[in-house]
Amino acid sequence: MREKLVLIGNGMAGVRTLEELLKLAPDAYDITVFGSEPYGNYNRILLSPVLAGEKTIDDIMLNDDAWYSSNGITLHKGKKVTKIDRRKRIVTTEDGTDASYDRLLLATGSNPFVIPVPGNNLPGVITFRDIYDVDRMLEASQNYKHAVVIGGGLLGLEAANGLKLRGMNVTVVHLMDTLMERQLDPVAGAMLKKSLEDRGLHFLMAHSTEAIVGDEHVKGVRFKGGLEIAADLVVMAVGIRPNTDLAKSAGLHCERGIVVNDTMQTYDPRIYSVGECVQHRGIAYGLVAPLFEQAKVCANHLAQLGYSRYEGSLTSTKLKVTGIDLFSAGDFIGDDSTEDIVLKDAARGVYKKIVLKDNKIHGAVMYGDTVDGAWYFQLMRDEIDVSDLRENLMFGQHHLGDSGHGQTNRVAAMEDSAEVCGCNGICKGDIVKAIIGKKLFTLEEVRAHTKASSSCGSCTGLVEQLLAHTLGGDYSQTPKKKSMCGCTEFTHDEVREGIRVNRLKTMQTARDFFQWKNPDGCQSCRPALNYYLLSTWPSEYVDDAQSRFINERAHANIQKDGTYSVIPRIWGGETNPAELRAIADVAEKYEVPTVKITGGQRIDLLGVKKEDLPKMWADLSRAGFVSGHAYGKALRTVKTCVGKTWCRFGTQDSTTLGIKLEKLTWGSWTPHKFKMAASGCPRNCAEATIKDFGVVCVDSGYELHVGGNGGVKVRATDLLCKVETEEEVLEYCAAFMQLYREEGRYLERTAPYLERVGLSYVKQKIVEDPSGRKILAERFYESQKYAQVDPWKQHAEAEDQGEFVPLSKIG
Amino acid sequence: MSWIEVGELAEIPRLGARVVRTAGGNIAVFRTATDAVFALDDKCPHKGGPLSQGIVFENRVACPLHNWVIDLQEGCAVGPDTGCTRKHEVKVEAGKVFLLPSTAA
Ligand code: SRM
Ligand SMILES: Cc1cc2nc3c(=O)[nH]c(=O)nc-3n(C[C@H](O)[C@H](O)[C@H](O)COP(=O)(O)OP(=O)(O)OC[C@H]3O[C@@H](n4cnc5c(N)ncnc54)[C@H](O)[C@@H]3O)c2cc1C
Ligand code: SF4
Ligand code: FES
Repeated sequence: MREKLVLIGNGMAGVRTLEELLKLAPDAYDITVFGSEPYGNYNRILLSPVLAGEKTIDDIMLNDDAWYSSNGITLHKGKKVTKIDRRKRIVTTEDGTDASYDRLLLATGSNPFVIPVPGNNLPGVITFRDIYDVDRMLEASQNYKHAVVIGGGLLGLEAANGLKLRGMNVTVVHLMDTLMERQLDPVAGAMLKKSLEDRGLHFLMAHSTEAIVGDEHVKGVRFKGGLEIAADLVVMAVGIRPNTDLAKSAGLHCERGIVVNDTMQTYDPRIYSVGECVQHRGIAYGLVAPLFEQAKVCANHLAQLGYSRYEGSLTSTKLKVTGIDLFSAGDFIGDDSTEDIVLKDAARGVYKKIVLKDNKIHGAVMYGDTVDGAWYFQLMRDEIDVSDLRENLMFGQHHLGDSGHGQTNRVAAMEDSAEVCGCNGICKGDIVKAIIGKKLFTLEEVRAHTKASSSCGSCTGLVEQLLAHTLGGDYSQTPKKKSMCGCTEFTHDEVREGIRVNRLKTMQTARDFFQWKNPDGCQSCRPALNYYLLSTWPSEYVDDAQSRFINERAHANIQKDGTYSVIPRIWGGETNPAELRAIADVAEKYEVPTVKITGGQRIDLLGVKKEDLPKMWADLSRAGFVSGHAYGKALRTVKTCVGKTWCRFGTQDSTTLGIKLEKLTWGSWTPHKFKMAASGCPRNCAEATIKDFGVVCVDSGYELHVGGNGGVKVRATDLLCKVETEEEVLEYCAAFMQLYREEGRYLERTAPYLERVGLSYVKQKIVEDPSGRKILAERFYESQKYAQVDPWKQHAEAEDQGEFVPLSKIG
Repeated sequence: MSWIEVGELAEIPRLGARVVRTAGGNIAVFRTATDAVFALDDKCPHKGGPLSQGIVFENRVACPLHNWVIDLQEGCAVGPDTGCTRKHEVKVEAGKVFLLPSTAA
């Protein structure tokens, strides 16, 4: 017989746990749900837009009755559980309905706090928690004029904004003199107040309520000091308290909330708890994102998989008032041990403050322009040392240019028709509609459903802001660590470290060691694992072709029509008539439809049929060409300028240097593509300062630059150091590449790698530690011994042409 | 049509695919880690990408062009993407692969 699972609390956290559980173990339990509200499960967060008239109750339903029945779940709507008998393992409701359990899940949420003043129970005094409350506010807005909202926090302001939009005259009363003081500092609070006042809201700051006045119905509110104002509706939005009544009455250990451990278990091992009613490591959360993480962990244990743990969350907040962009996270007030970076542009309505402690972001608050909020939050969560970024920190990650969506940074002000994702042509309106209509909560979900941010990724920040703006929290960033993919809980760094330390040398042993959930892995972890194994064990690991993306498997770039492009290596971009003639011959022989000079100073033969590839390579190989690796996470091109051989300004022989660099490094596999350039003087015609490794020749030697790229997010390089000889250039290049090869995460280019570890760190490894540099360079040379084999020649000569020819032809 | 022998199982890499060229276009024949074989039109329901060139895992393939994931058993995209490509009967007997090309549109 199946075990019985009972859920008390049909809210966001509890039902999310069931959804996660059904994904993992659809048949593990007979499930019964009790909910005191008379509805299916709905998105409580969106009550604010419902109140504001921007959405309807139907829009915000997450699971209707049909969902429960089709999953075999018994739902008792509108029934409040009043008793848990832990010995007999039975729960009973007010009206005597009961159910027995093997495991019990408590997700009773929280109760709005009602301030203990006379008159607080008069008709017309309400809280803001559920559909019932919203109905009463809407009713009031039709019959009355004056609303007073007590509490200038997130909930209070969203209620006030909604009531105002429904035509009421609204006054917000706040005990403090800053609005949302838990989320905003005084400056941002004042800016917010100003924009809300511009919308017609009234504020009474630093006022303490003494009594609600009225006889049959509320008539007004009186404050300490004697002021009294008229009110037909009073909304109390001063905070919430974890709803622990039931748990306490059952004798479960509670403090502020129901105390749980990292597997979401209460002191009774049969009873789990998730949501706002919970206290985990001393913290009770009041936002959905951490609750959903709890749900995931809890489901994992209910499904008896037992491998995941909840380790707490970092949260950030947004106010869901259309047209207002604000963001805050962490400790944004600071103290004696912290320092601030502040930008204020009142005319543009922009304010940003970043609080640093020990060179790390400790908190941030932003008003007006919040598009970098997600970035700051990530830097904060990853505890990145930002000393090297400091100069530019305030201007955000995008200040150097971000292709695809120009200058857009005020998400709230964007038109619905504004294009957010330039790759897939997705507009703001499409994304918001999908978030609501398809009930999406995370960046991953938005990517899957809308395709926005799923291609080049340059609009990720915008999409995250749209999510935050629609749902009020940050759903993409909360987990403290990010696993490699859905197949494992481990991060890229953990997996790579494990491969090295435990001497794992095959795909299978690695997946077994880390207990991969899907035996084969998937299309995102397999190429990464293959790279980690290859870069860790260059002489031993046998490359797994089936774990490579087609371009790397076929050594050519796949095109939209399924044909391929062939780009031979042209060392340093320098060629000669014989080579050009050979390329021309090949192009004619195989009827190549398009010949094009690439953005990387080479020649591209486009539209080649797959089965012609090996023959074409054989011809190119005879003419002395090797693969250009234009398809690989590998060394790509080394661009050069003519340098002092010809140019009247040239200071060194940049062309020859570029060729030497390319001969040294070609064939190497890297976490992401790796591009280089050498310019003969600071005029920098080879664009060396937007390359992963760039050399700018000067009269006295060579400037070495690292961590640049063109592409999606332009980043100019940082100057690593200056050296005097070509030999040094080569050694530093080898050492830098090796460092990146060993530490870069798969698909992380040098630019984000450098920002993650910091320029100082790279300098320390490469510049300040000569023996360390030599060791790194040695490891690079060693791995090159196995890597510098021309794959084209190899394939052209191979006996098995299986990859390139049809299995058979029929019909 | 009747069953046609198209080659040896060993000629298809595990977690890989080969194509069978037919008058009606390419058919991709996939082989999983457990040696199950599946055959689909070599045309992604999205924009016609050659599925045979994708990365295979479990009973699925990720299209090489835009990364849709297609279930090999039915030839349909895994949610939330939607669309199917035509499937064909295929079987392995004594190490040989036999295909029964479907003629239905
Ligand atoms: C062929 C070429 C365009 C051209 O006709 O000129 C090209 C074509 C592609 N580029 Fe590029 N890029 C080409 C030069 C560039 C350059 C210019 C350069 O190298 O100086 C850049 C900007 C510089 C840079 O990378 O820093 C460039 C930035 C990108 C990016 C963005 C990288 C980034 O870090 O933001 C991608 C996307 C990616 O790699 O994920 C990309 C991806 C691609 C892909 C591989 C897209 C894909 O996955 O299929 C295209 C392959 C088409 C094909 O099959 O040939 N390509 N691409 C150029 C080949 C150069 C070569 O000789 O190897
Ligand atoms: C207006 C509003 C706006 C919000 N905006 C945001 C936002 O922008 N971003 C954000 O992250 N969060 C927001 N929140 C908070 C978010 O909605 C909550 O954190 C979340 O709903 C908590 O989930 P839960 O499952 O713990 O509790 P709930 O969703 O409250 O679910 C608990 C359920 O249990 C039921 N219940 C309680 N006791 C019993 C019992 N004894 N028997 C049976 N049933 C019982 C309750 O009736 C309730 O339905 C907002 C909340 C409100 C009210
Ligand atoms: S070649 Fe590069 S820029 Fe041009 S369409 Fe392809 S990926 Fe985009
Ligand atoms: S063609 Fe297959 S995903 Fe686009």
